[in-house]
Amino acid sequence: MTLETQRITQPDDELGKVQPRRQLEPGVTLFNRYLIQDVIGIGGMGSVYRARDLHFPNVVKLVAVKEMVNTAPDPLVRQTIVQNFEREANLLATLNHPAIPRIYDYFSEDERSYLVLEYIHGKDLEAVISETSGFLAEEQVLTWAIELCDVLAFLHNHKPDPIIFRDMKPSNVMIDYNGDVKLVDFGIAKTFQAGQKGTMIGTEGYSPPEQYRGEATPLADLYALGATLHHALTRRDPRMEPPFSFNERPIRKINPAVSLELEAVVNAALQYNPEDRFPSAEDMKEALMAAARKTGLLAKVTSHLVGPANNVKPLWAFACEDEIRSTPLYYQNTVFIGCYDNNLYAINAGDGKFLWKYPTDGGIVSKPVAFEDNLYFGSEDRRLHAVGVRSGKVVWTYYANGPIRSSPRIAEGHLFFGSDDQYLHAVNLNNGRAAWKFETSEAVRSTPFIAHEMVYVGNEAGDFLAIDFRGELKWRFQAKRAITSSPTIFGPMVLFSSLDANLYALDHRNGWVIWRFRLGKGSISSPCAVDDLVFVGAADGYIYAVDTKTAKEVWRFRTEHQVSSSPVIYKDALYCGSVDGNLYCLEYRTGRLRWKFASEGQIIGSPLVFDDIVYVGSTDHKVYALLA
Amino acid sequence: MIEFFRNLFRKPRSAVDMATTAPLTDQQIQSILHSQAVRYEIQQLVASTGQSVGKQRELNEDSLLAITSTLAGNSGSLPFGLYIVADGMGGHQYGEVASNAAVRVVAGYVMKKFSPYLFNLNPVQPEESLQEIMQAAVREAQKTIQHEAPSSGTTLTAALVLGQQVTIAHVGDSRAYHIHPDGRAEVVTRDHSLVKRLEELGHISADQAANYPHRNVLYRALGQGDILEPDIFTIAFPQTGYLMLCSDGLWGVLSDQDMVRIIKEAPNLHRACQSLVEAANSAGGPDNISVVLVQLIG
Repeated sequence: MTLETQRITQPDDELGKVQPRRQLEPGVTLFNRYLIQDVIGIGGMGSVYRARDLHFPNVVKLVAVKEMVNTAPDPLVRQTIVQNFEREANLLATLNHPAIPRIYDYFSEDERSYLVLEYIHGKDLEAVISETSGFLAEEQVLTWAIELCDVLAFLHNHKPDPIIFRDMKPSNVMIDYNGDVKLVDFGIAKTFQAGQKGTMIGTEGYSPPEQYRGEATPLADLYALGATLHHALTRRDPRMEPPFSFNERPIRKINPAVSLELEAVVNAALQYNPEDRFPSAEDMKEALMAAARKTGLLAKVTSHLVGPANNVKPLWAFACEDEIRSTPLYYQNTVFIGCYDNNLYAINAGDGKFLWKYPTDGGIVSKPVAFEDNLYFGSEDRRLHAVGVRSGKVVWTYYANGPIRSSPRIAEGHLFFGSDDQYLHAVNLNNGRAAWKFETSEAVRSTPFIAHEMVYVGNEAGDFLAIDFRGELKWRFQAKRAITSSPTIFGPMVLFSSLDANLYALDHRNGWVIWRFRLGKGSISSPCAVDDLVFVGAADGYIYAVDTKTAKEVWRFRTEHQVSSSPVIYKDALYCGSVDGNLYCLEYRTGRLRWKFASEGQIIGSPLVFDDIVYVGSTDHKVYALLA
Repeated sequence: MIEFFRNLFRKPRSAVDMATTAPLTDQQIQSILHSQAVRYEIQQLVASTGQSVGKQRELNEDSLLAITSTLAGNSGSLPFGLYIVADGMGGHQYGEVASNAAVRVVAGYVMKKFSPYLFNLNPVQPEESLQEIMQAAVREAQKTIQHEAPSSGTTLTAALVLGQQVTIAHVGDSRAYHIHPDGRAEVVTRDHSLVKRLEELGHISADQAANYPHRNVLYRALGQGDILEPDIFTIAFPQTGYLMLCSDGLWGVLSDQDMVRIIKEAPNLHRACQSLVEAANSAGGPDNISVVLVQLIG
């Protein structure tokens, strides 16, 4: 693997003139801190090493150390080289993106300068291409392409000036063990000033025509990305071919398994004239996503990626005395969660220390809700409990005629929740007295959703009801089986799933079914929606992502057992538990696995993410706090 | 310990937090006020149509349909409308047969599904979703055309309005527009034409597209091909503007600005439709012209 950039204006033999240099031997410690372990790359100006950071004595923290040996005799050249190296360091230090390696340190010793970078466990794409027998799977290349567009968009939108990577090629794309891409070698990346001409820098075969004329624009990076994808899909190295000859090697002629749609996107990126390419990385990503949706490829991108190592360690774990099937609440630095040992626990969110517990006479599956100084939750002991947030002491209780498995919601000074007594209850927040009860035909385990001065809730008979604040039915919809799932409002739609194996989108004003999406099996998971996507789990073990406008599946992710947990979105990730015991973290746009955490029981409740920390309970009796 | 992690993973405050938001335009404020206003009037649809054979063709191969009603149901009165434009493909045999069949079959299928809700004493909602009904209707039309007028083809843009939502089924290069009160004409459908595809792929620019020699070549049409994948989606009815369906005899001849101006200057929907048709004819009328304008009032 070579991490050094080949400069076209600077023929190789010029680099060859440089005196042979001594490589650092394994065992050498640099700067009293970095213990060199191995050489992982050799370039024109020095080597790249894997090293261990000795500032972390208790863990093995690996870093990549990029070395630049400056032996140029001309002082001006020497100075330029150092400046370039420093520029790379400074540039990297300002960039914060998951697909760009983090920089930890920069220092010089004698004529040598060093960059200390995040070590990427994985291989570069060139190695992946050459080591794969046959062609890489299209969906795999497509996912990487989408991620590369993401990082290019990030660079091109950099303020104050866009950053042009200028050297997109397989050997500068690392694939880590999670299957995620990282862009490496920012040695020649530079900020772009419109109208400015530069010298031709880049890699022949991958660089677009205008880069040979000294122009480097965001569109040049798109061409090089197209060239990289062409190489990955066809295994034909463009450095071995005449420049700009991609149209003489149509992708599908070489690899007929590639879809027309993806071929069209790559061809558009490879247009000779920059104005004929995609106008931006975002547009190219959009086109890739459209190709993926149309061919259903994203749906296939599930678990056959390089399996991520299950090295997610909880920040803390808190043990209760029985199974946890409920969802935690974060409020005032405290995690509140109900348990089947009949207690509601208050746990310090920072360190997982026990604060207090409040006993009821039944299992607690209801998620608590907090308002000012009080906490409200239902229990299978048929009561709704109002408890002081800090004291853990009872304020009042309200009796229903059946277990309360639905979670309360607060609106307009009232609590709304369902019970197995078949009623939807509206209770005054302050005194715990009933405002009204609405009778349905079966147990109400779904958690109501309140919006537009309406209460939306499902029941075990498959009724879905829209009730106004006075307790009067506005409209009703009938599914074929139970609606245990809790609804959510998204734009004009109210979304929920049912045990009849449909995800429904109803017009929230009148209950007409706008669309329904067929799931493999029934579902009690509650959907959540963001952007133009809705996510839900089902008993067939899949987590689904569905387009809210067209009801088309965008992707599905397979877990090993049924998904009763409800997905939650935090930043660019989706978190969801499965009865297979894992908590999954997926990239929500593509459904790609980021990481998973294995508990020792089933994860039935839903995770809660707050301030970059995920809290989730398991039937192994524990509550876990994990880094999001 | 948690502080340690916080520090380690602390991210700079995002630009969004610090950014000041741009002030809303008057239009946006109007639209928000409109959506929040308590309404006492029953919402209802108003629709009008316009059609012309054009100045250069002898045959009208376009078909259109507009059905408007209000449904009284358990959730109050609900605007109901079905609007269709179909443009039979010239050069193919029986273009007019195909467009006519498309309108008849799609409308027939949809109205049959709504029949128990519209005409029975105890209204029953159809079991299928609105999108499924539209999907099945298009499938029926595809079968019929392949049987009745083999090798012919037609575009189809059908809009089913129920309450404040529009479910659209679309094949070909007829279009549905949102005409916004601020003068924007937003195309909500995607042309299934070669020229649009090339433009989407970045092969040609919008300017080149306007003068592209094969502008009338469709890559997807009702009646053509074994597998038909219509675009089906649901969007909000433009609350303060108009929904417009039209064939390329209108949008291919008049600019967006012209269309918007004519609609805004017309005293009513009926006049607007007639003026649109007249304007397309004055500009040469190279093709059949069909237009449907719909407004939600109340």
